[in-house]
Amino acid sequence: MTDASMPSGGKAAPRKSLMIEDARTKRRNAAEKRFQAYGLAAIAVGVFFLVVLLWSILASGLGAFQQTFIETPIYLDEAKVDKKGNRNPEEMSKTTTFGYAPLIQTALWEQVQAAGIETPFTKSKEMKALLSDSAAAQVRDYVLSHPEQVGETVTFRILAASRVDGYLKGRVVREDLARDKSIDAEHLDVVDRLVDAGVIRKQFNLDFIVGADASEKRPEQAGLGVAMLGSFYMMLVVLVLALPIGVAASIYLEEFAPQNKVTDFIEVNISNLAAVPSIVFGILGLAAFIQFAHLPMSAPLVGGLVLTLMTLPTIIISTRASLKSVPPSIRDAALGVGASKMQSVFHHVLPLAMPGILTGTIIGLAQALGETAPLLLIGMVGYVATNYPDGLVSGFMAPNSAMPAQIFEWAKRADPAYYERAWGGIIVLLVFLLTMNIIAIILRRRFERRW
Amino acid sequence: MPLLWLIVTVLALAGAGYVIARMRALKSANGDIRNLHSLPSYYGSNAAIKVIVPALLVLVIWLIAQPLYVGSVVSGMIPDSEIGEGSSRDLVLAEVSRTADGIDAAVAQGVMSEAQARDGGADVEVLTQRLKDAGQIVTGAVTPAKLAAAQRMRVLADTARQVMAVVVILLAVAGLVWALRETEKDFRARNTVERSIRGLLIAAASIAILTTLGIVLSLIGNTMHFFRLYPASEFFGSLTWAPSFGGGSQLGIWPLLWGTIYISFVALLVAVPVGLFAAIYLSEYAGSKMRSWAKPALEVLAGIPTIVYGLFALLTVGPILLSVFGNDGLGWMHGTRAVLTAGIAMGIMLIPFVSSLSDDIINAVPQAMRDGSYGLGATKSETIRQVVLPAALPGIVGAVLLATSRAIGETMIVVLGAGAAARLSLNPFEAMTTVTAKIVSQLTGDNDFASPEALVAFALGMTLFVLTLGLNVFALFIVRKYREQYE
Repeated sequence: MTDASMPSGGKAAPRKSLMIEDARTKRRNAAEKRFQAYGLAAIAVGVFFLVVLLWSILASGLGAFQQTFIETPIYLDEAKVDKKGNRNPEEMSKTTTFGYAPLIQTALWEQVQAAGIETPFTKSKEMKALLSDSAAAQVRDYVLSHPEQVGETVTFRILAASRVDGYLKGRVVREDLARDKSIDAEHLDVVDRLVDAGVIRKQFNLDFIVGADASEKRPEQAGLGVAMLGSFYMMLVVLVLALPIGVAASIYLEEFAPQNKVTDFIEVNISNLAAVPSIVFGILGLAAFIQFAHLPMSAPLVGGLVLTLMTLPTIIISTRASLKSVPPSIRDAALGVGASKMQSVFHHVLPLAMPGILTGTIIGLAQALGETAPLLLIGMVGYVATNYPDGLVSGFMAPNSAMPAQIFEWAKRADPAYYERAWGGIIVLLVFLLTMNIIAIILRRRFERRW
Repeated sequence: MPLLWLIVTVLALAGAGYVIARMRALKSANGDIRNLHSLPSYYGSNAAIKVIVPALLVLVIWLIAQPLYVGSVVSGMIPDSEIGEGSSRDLVLAEVSRTADGIDAAVAQGVMSEAQARDGGADVEVLTQRLKDAGQIVTGAVTPAKLAAAQRMRVLADTARQVMAVVVILLAVAGLVWALRETEKDFRARNTVERSIRGLLIAAASIAILTTLGIVLSLIGNTMHFFRLYPASEFFGSLTWAPSFGGGSQLGIWPLLWGTIYISFVALLVAVPVGLFAAIYLSEYAGSKMRSWAKPALEVLAGIPTIVYGLFALLTVGPILLSVFGNDGLGWMHGTRAVLTAGIAMGIMLIPFVSSLSDDIINAVPQAMRDGSYGLGATKSETIRQVVLPAALPGIVGAVLLATSRAIGETMIVVLGAGAAARLSLNPFEAMTTVTAKIVSQLTGDNDFASPEALVAFALGMTLFVLTLGLNVFALFIVRKYREQYE
């Protein structure tokens, strides 16, 4: 029996061309389009967030790499800096920075007058608001190391006060001056004229990248350099410990471990550790390394140990994957010509898996470099990063901070000038992470073999 | 640095052992390598291992045990009268060891002779002054009893260090002798070396267990300590969080837990729809060209450190929300720090996490199921909604649970974006705080780890650990079970 011979029961639907959509098909097709649009919208939202994030990092952070400097010739008055007149740095060091501040203020005041700027100010002392507190220390250091220059006029490039810097960058606006005690509109008029005269200029500020952190009152002087060193020493510890331990553990689990309860237990442990919140590792570091082992607080060594424990699971997981990707025929061939199991692994499998292992290690290091929370618990907070370590031992043992912890510290400070520095610090951090990831990608592209 | 020299000595012995054992093996085979059981380098390595491993193992154990032993001996010397009000034996002991360190440093600087440092009848005042001259930080009250304890501590530590050096070097030499004695042509050196290497590999693998053990022990020990000072019923029962370091704190966990859950919920509200739809589009609709740029772009979000999201929440998301909902706009929000601020930033962070996990899971649904659905005349979206998603549902639930556990454990975003006030409120525009944020605030700054206000952080950490571990185990269980279904 064929369908054609069946009696059509009820009202037969009128035959229409398949090319014409009926209402139901239209609805279904619209639903299809809608659904697809949701998907596209979701991706658009994700990419939009990424763009907003990167834009706000760049827009707010790039300013930190420029700083406002005042270029001024300063007369190093012998009567002020070297009262005995014998150019002995030891005796000259008795003059504190308070003794130097008037010299700088006078120099700037003379420039203001020389430029013919009309101001209501009458005393050189009133130039203080334009100058960074660090200027006096800078001039003092120069004089102590070049005592023969006393009595001469030397041109210095000194930091402008943070408010002046903010004014030039648009952060400090005239409308808010009423609430600001450290600078007023007359000062800003002088700044405008000095900018025209070329005395005050925005220039690239290397000290932001290599300098030390400064006190809360001097955002213009703060730099990331010391924290960068702290991060560097921590990464050394992580690399030296996590790579060999991670590789050894992976080799055992992948190549030698018998299938038993103990192996299972180790594997469950590793996968759980990979998901433990980083702050818990901070608690572990505090209790085990500082409370129990009495290692020094805030030391990069301790930070490195904590980050090692944190990155180990990542490294083990990626190393195992790359060991697994080496085909068994390599092992069989080695065993076939008489190598022991150990020799086949160390002489043949491991070298072949090395690019994958290094890629995983670099990615693990990048993760560790950006980690902040555990470091806060072991005391690696920003304000300790004010001195460069003297040597290798103090690099590991002396209190220091790390890049992300330093950024966090800046973000917490009340002065908005520090926000700009925090964003700038993030740019530096992201440049490091980007470089590491690019190296990892290149390693993978160049050396990884597909079997 | 005697410790460094000790290690160098052991390493030098090992190096010598390597060379000698190698030569000895070759000599016993009359210079013909074919007569040896193993390659000559294995004989050398065997000697090096037998020198290094026992010596360094003892060294490490000694270094851990010595302060414990010295501490326990010295703490017995401190009379109860020395332990003042609000102090404890541990604190006094710490003071004693600081004094001992100070004397060490003074001797090293040459301010004090060794005899003066050891002088039992030394005048406390004179000694304190000497220490101060040497630039050492001396705690307020160095009493005769503390000084005697400090001196005893130095003597004990000194003796222990000397004994340790002797023991370690003796062990190294013994290992060398042992290895050299057994070195001859029929000795199975390779097997011995490989056994030791295997031991090292196992030790490396057990570090994962040690870490877990360390986490659990450090959390449990300090949590027990906390519960002795502060009743557990209050911790789990009280609805107020009001720590005050002067005493009389109320440390109820519920406001913190509520903040954590609320912020995580907001984050998931952002991350799950966006991440899930992105994953669906990328795996079902997108061509390979779009996939090749959209997937990495989303994954960049996962590579950005959380401190960046924290700053983004505080300085970008917060001000934007404030301009819309703040006093200039709707008037609902009163500060940049709020549940919504932290939640949105955290949601952005979790998008790639949800999308890449869901992507894997959707791709794991067999093509045959889709083909069957198409064959019945379903459109693509109908197939996805009625066939693919139900099949992938357990996996997606697992992914969401993993994302939840991430959100609960996240620290930097909430520290910067969520505020510090512990509140039980439903208003998403209010500042709230979380378990992780409070762990940070209770443990940073100088604490003596003896007050309940500092120790509560460990109890909070324990709660966090149990919570995330439970979620992870459950999520992995679901994901694994689901995978087995289609394999």
